[in-house]
Amino acid sequence: MDVRKFVVGLFDDEKVLFPAVKQVRKAGFRIHDVYTPFPIHGLDKVMGLRETSLHTAGFIYGITGTTIALSFMSWVFTSDWPLNIGGKPHLPLPAFVPVTFEFTVLCAAVGMVLTFCYLCQLAPGVKKHHFDARATDDKFVMVIECTSETTEAEATALLNAAGAHEVHTQIAEAGWWFGTYDKEQKLYDESQVKVAH
Amino acid sequence: MSVIKYESAVRPPLVDGSKTYHQVTEDIIRPIETTPSRLWKIGFAISVGLLLFGVYSVYREVTYGIGQWNLNKTIGWGWDITNFVWWVGIGHAGTLISAILLLFRQGWRTGVNRAAEAMTIFAVMCAGQFPIFHMGRVWMAFFVLPYPNSRGPLWVNFTSPLLWDVFAISTYFTVSLLFWYAGLLPDLATVRDRAKLKWRKRFYGIAAFGWTGSTKHWQRHESLSLVLAGLSTPLVLSVHTIVSFDFATSVIPGWHTTIFPPYFVAGAVFSGFAMVQTLMIITRKVLNLQEYITMEHIEVMNKVIVLTGSIVGVAYLTELFMAWYSQNPYEGYTFWYSRANLFSPYGWSYWGMMACNVLSPQIFWFKKLRRNITVTFFMSIIVNIGMWFERFVIIVTSLYRDYVPSSWSYYYSPTIWEIGFYLGTFGLFFTCYFLFAKWFPVIAVAEIKHILKKNGDSYKQQGDQPELEKKSLEEFEHAMAH
Repeated sequence: MDVRKFVVGLFDDEKVLFPAVKQVRKAGFRIHDVYTPFPIHGLDKVMGLRETSLHTAGFIYGITGTTIALSFMSWVFTSDWPLNIGGKPHLPLPAFVPVTFEFTVLCAAVGMVLTFCYLCQLAPGVKKHHFDARATDDKFVMVIECTSETTEAEATALLNAAGAHEVHTQIAEAGWWFGTYDKEQKLYDESQVKVAH
Repeated sequence: MSVIKYESAVRPPLVDGSKTYHQVTEDIIRPIETTPSRLWKIGFAISVGLLLFGVYSVYREVTYGIGQWNLNKTIGWGWDITNFVWWVGIGHAGTLISAILLLFRQGWRTGVNRAAEAMTIFAVMCAGQFPIFHMGRVWMAFFVLPYPNSRGPLWVNFTSPLLWDVFAISTYFTVSLLFWYAGLLPDLATVRDRAKLKWRKRFYGIAAFGWTGSTKHWQRHESLSLVLAGLSTPLVLSVHTIVSFDFATSVIPGWHTTIFPPYFVAGAVFSGFAMVQTLMIITRKVLNLQEYITMEHIEVMNKVIVLTGSIVGVAYLTELFMAWYSQNPYEGYTFWYSRANLFSPYGWSYWGMMACNVLSPQIFWFKKLRRNITVTFFMSIIVNIGMWFERFVIIVTSLYRDYVPSSWSYYYSPTIWEIGFYLGTFGLFFTCYFLFAKWFPVIAVAEIKHILKKNGDSYKQQGDQPELEKKSLEEFEHAMAH
């Protein structure tokens, strides 16, 4: 259980959201997350998120695939079951290219997608708390976590000043759980709220 | 995801009408939330009917053997492999649109990529049926996989083009499916969050994997899309190249040519775009999405069709020239007698191919015809008929008379069960497409929203080009770092 208290601000336009994120960060508040209906370039930088290394993971999966495919085929054709095919060489490297290439791509793609799902904690049947359901439609939702230094009133005032058209407080589970989206589940009582420092 | 950095004011808008983000959601998701129209039900019923006929045809083939087809020792590949190559070719447009056009930063791909990728997946599913059932003893199909077995283990022949096909097609299917579904996640979350009905919330809740739209997730999603696009680009070129190796590495006159890989890839893009046109013209009309799949999209795809059609035409002429220039009697016989001679047994198929693939697409040099829906729809079907003829010509006219006249074959025509199998894959394809169009967003909602302020109609008129303050962003990052 990771129940915390959040102040939620809804924005209508990414042009308002951008300066707002800067303002909130300058004021020293901890932004829990910003939920948007589509990717906004530069928002990750403004929020101070580091670059993702997913592509590096993809590269590692890819060369793993290359190595497995090449060494396996070489082992089969030279040591496990060498076949004389019309006197042709036992290690025909050019003829290994297609299978090696395909297996490289397969490993890189499957590995990356699984890593992506793991990092983002996405899987069939996973449920996460929604600060606002319109975040996948047309609203940009900024969520500030209440810490011992950030009071609810301060955060609310700041979000209002930054141009949010709707601000409210929520107590929510920050992680994920198995569940369906067809009913609201309350997995906690409010006394469990953790306050970060 | 779109990676367009700036947009020229000269280009026509990609989204017509003055749309807001919410309207985009409404327009694209609405068909999912309404009951299917009568037209949909009729189309679906016909598709399922065809599919059932196909299942029965395959049942006969599996029960009584390959003898249910009119193949013989000389024409060992007939309709089945023709259909296989045809479907794989159609399956090339989706990944081309979603991957190569992403890397080339073509903004118009956002309107059509989702449906084209779905089409790719279904087409590859159909293609896969043919080689699998051609094996005869289909219950042994898993023998093509290199798994540790009790026969040695006896491994597969990794130097055989037919095995390369196994790897190419299965990799292509898997990667396309992952690419497509990764792109679908945010849109399924949109459907889920709008849903009112209990089962719909539950179904899309499971399907959306718990997507929230977090900035970090979007950042990873963008990275994933870009790398998958980078991987799919050589992949899509490799798949039809490897399919062409099935022919090019053999010594049959008409097959043994080095021109095959580029020629097959161009043909695949050609037929794939034609199929995208057929489906898009129907989809935009039935689901009322004319403002998202605009005349511009159709025109651009017609340009691709005339380009690839002409590349294919050059390849045909090169083959004829080389058959004469090489002075190889067998090549010459295949190209100049079995194919180019209209009065040879299969001459009709060669000239049908020429008319459909090379001559008729030339009408798209005229802007008026490129922008005509009826002409485009008609042409898209002509092109796919032509591309089917191309594969038939390559396979049958090369096989039926090769080196030794004593093993020449009589005239080959398919049995009803061969035709039934082909119709069955049409059933499978359209059944899948109808289900997709009803239950999934046919246009990438998030991607349209992403380009809306740059390419949307009303925003372009205002000259409103939101540049998200590049310079001040760097200053801000610098200030926050210290």
